[in-house]
Amino acid sequence: MSDFLTASFLSALIFGGILTGMPLLFASIGETISQRSGVLGMGIEGIMLAGAYFGFAITLYSGHFWLGLVSSIGAGMLMALIVVLFCVRLGMDQIVVGIGVLIFGEGVTSVLQRAQFGTTYPRLEELASVKIPGLSSIPVLGSSVFTQPWIVYIGFALVGVLYWILNFTNVGLNIRAAGEKPEALDASGTSVIFTRGMAVLVAGGLAGLGGGYMSIVGAGIFVPFMTKGIGFIAIVIAMLARGKAVWVITGSFLFGISVSLTTSLQLVGVEIAQDLVNMIPFIAVLAALIIFARGNYLPAALCLPYNREAR
Amino acid sequence: MMNEQKVEDQGASRNDDSSTAMIPAVELINITKSFPGVLANDNISLSVWSGEVHCLLGENGAGKSTLMQVLSGMYQPDSGMIRVNGREVRINSPGEALELGMGMVYQHPTLVPVFSVIENLLLGSQKGITLDRQGALNRFEEYASLLGVEIDPESLVGSLALGQQQQVEIIKALWKGSSVLILDEPTSMLTPQGIEELKEVVAQLKKSGLAIIFISHKLQETLDMGDRISVLRRGKLAGSIEPAVFSSTANSEIQSMIIEMMFGEETDIAESVIKVERQTTGRSRESDLPEQPVLELKNVTVKGKLDEVGVKGASFSLRAGEVLGVAGVDGNGQRELAEAIAGQRRITAGDILLNGVVVSDVSIANRQHMGLRYITDDRLGEGICASLSVSKNMLLKRIGQRPFWNWGRTNEATIRKTAEGLVKEYDVRPPDVDIRCGGLSGGNIQKVLLARELLFDPKIAVYSKPTHGLDFKTTVIVREKIKSLAREKGVAGLLISTDLDEIFDLSDRIAVMYQGQIAGIVENQEGIEKKVGELMVGGT
Repeated sequence: MSDFLTASFLSALIFGGILTGMPLLFASIGETISQRSGVLGMGIEGIMLAGAYFGFAITLYSGHFWLGLVSSIGAGMLMALIVVLFCVRLGMDQIVVGIGVLIFGEGVTSVLQRAQFGTTYPRLEELASVKIPGLSSIPVLGSSVFTQPWIVYIGFALVGVLYWILNFTNVGLNIRAAGEKPEALDASGTSVIFTRGMAVLVAGGLAGLGGGYMSIVGAGIFVPFMTKGIGFIAIVIAMLARGKAVWVITGSFLFGISVSLTTSLQLVGVEIAQDLVNMIPFIAVLAALIIFARGNYLPAALCLPYNREAR
Repeated sequence: MMNEQKVEDQGASRNDDSSTAMIPAVELINITKSFPGVLANDNISLSVWSGEVHCLLGENGAGKSTLMQVLSGMYQPDSGMIRVNGREVRINSPGEALELGMGMVYQHPTLVPVFSVIENLLLGSQKGITLDRQGALNRFEEYASLLGVEIDPESLVGSLALGQQQQVEIIKALWKGSSVLILDEPTSMLTPQGIEELKEVVAQLKKSGLAIIFISHKLQETLDMGDRISVLRRGKLAGSIEPAVFSSTANSEIQSMIIEMMFGEETDIAESVIKVERQTTGRSRESDLPEQPVLELKNVTVKGKLDEVGVKGASFSLRAGEVLGVAGVDGNGQRELAEAIAGQRRITAGDILLNGVVVSDVSIANRQHMGLRYITDDRLGEGICASLSVSKNMLLKRIGQRPFWNWGRTNEATIRKTAEGLVKEYDVRPPDVDIRCGGLSGGNIQKVLLARELLFDPKIAVYSKPTHGLDFKTTVIVREKIKSLAREKGVAGLLISTDLDEIFDLSDRIAVMYQGQIAGIVENQEGIEKKVGELMVGGT
């Protein structure tokens, strides 16, 4: 047990945490924006899969990682367009449409994967890491946090961007008003449909990027249903974070690290049944829900479609 | 006085187009707007001039709010034309209305409660990317001093008193440089002191040259504040009083002219309106009430949720045929008290007795069987089920009971027949039991609630703000109902109200709540107003 807190163990733990936490971080940032604007992105899991698949396919054929990640974002936004049209514009039930998007995303990507690659799983080469000068020589953190592909740093930066947008910009204020009291936003002369529509599109793009990270950067392959519920975890994290960027990143990486613990423990040779270890992240989520759910605070108009002339 | 003179001149020569000042700031021409089953506005034309307060008076459901929502771009008219400063415009959205200089203060607040005052004002700003907090704070100070109000711009709107929230609404309506200010029933949720403050604010704004549309159903208010009065009745313009007529005619005469316009042939109702408006009757009724109380509270304590004060050791008793008024500033534990009696909240200490039986642990339904009724003030929330029909709402509390439900089957015919009878008795408009209950106006929803709760032999009724936000015709109907139930049928009434006139008019005794406690119980007699007022603010 003495190897438990060695530098290599911690480094592997954190590195793995980032690997798993990153797609969750992208998705949670998007989901936070969506929820704050009053739209529950129920289909986020399907959107992530679409991003994962298309990003993977484009990277495989073009050989450019960035092109793959951009097409992940595009695929995510296309999927989100369904939500924009049916939920935001036409005011249909967000849960029903969301489940539709989820199943559509799962189905389409599975079918396409099978049609294109059959039972072979082509593998992408690993994305090169960027060492941050100076910081990368810090023990433990240097090799885990500061030696990562560039997309990881973008993810960290996005947390700051989220914080800035929600708290210091007109757009952020509009988004929060759309989720709290859309009538107020409408009366102030800003379109609720537009505000929510943009929020959902951005959320879709980020969820797609999260999926793309998973297949292109994380795994290097695409496997149907590879998101394994990460989208739903993102919904939970966005709810618990209550629009606070710092909780979005904390939640994402706590989950990531608890998943990473699964492999890290095996690395140091701790003999626990694999199934039990696999449960850790989900127990962590349950515990978080039980501990924090009571005090959680959702936007007042979450899930409520806005229709100006409804009486 | 100077100002009024000027306005009068404008009114007299408004057909003369030689000067731009003579063109109305806003003209509504032949506006028609219908909702499924309701013709809300029928061919209404209206003009508003700068530097003038134009009062729009009418019953609940007369179409005042709809007309203003057409003007503010919330609703699209079916037909008709709008002119702003003489130019024809189409107002497709609230944003366009704002650009045309239309500032609207809605009847239901449109502020975000979890935002600070300044954030609410910044909402919808088109300038730049980041929030211009400092600029907004400076402008806020400007408006605050113009209106003479004192509000901390960083405090959360949800924590402000209703009167202050409304002041914020007015500042928000003026924020983008409006030249027309529309106030939709602005006094309906204010305390008397808040109304005085509002009057001052409106006078200030009038002086600065704004055109103001003031919507109200309170006659006295419109006489006090208006330069010009238009009366709407059942979706139609029933008549107007021009400024020239206004200033040359005695108030009492104008009052009868307006009542004529508002009620037409229904003069008997109009007379009772005047009676209520002028004097309160039925004070200090000498009575021989039975000794045994029907409702008794012994040291009842309720823990408040979040920011509520709760109830702290309330004790009183209520005998059959008696009305006990509960006065107090809103938020001093009245709602908690009412819900505790109705059984909707657990009491943490003390006892509630109905007819001498302790009911502290008896369910809501069983308390109803024992003759207890609670008429909530949260009409849209817990009062009715908005998406169900009026008929279903009338019998909402009888679900599964004969003769309305037989062996689990809904007996539509009986429900309809009973509901139709009630709709007729309480004069619910429109008189259609099949329409969505949520589509009714506030006053009519209150009639539905009263009809439902007072059906089937009530013994004790808890009325929570029964006439809050109602027009005076409905108010009279409701107050008469409470009176006659108590005097003729011996229904004990617990009347919780923030309207002191109502308390003095209807109560035999008055309990005053302050900070969750019963600060005192006094007999309702001449000259008690001062005492009650002192108790309300924590005096002894």
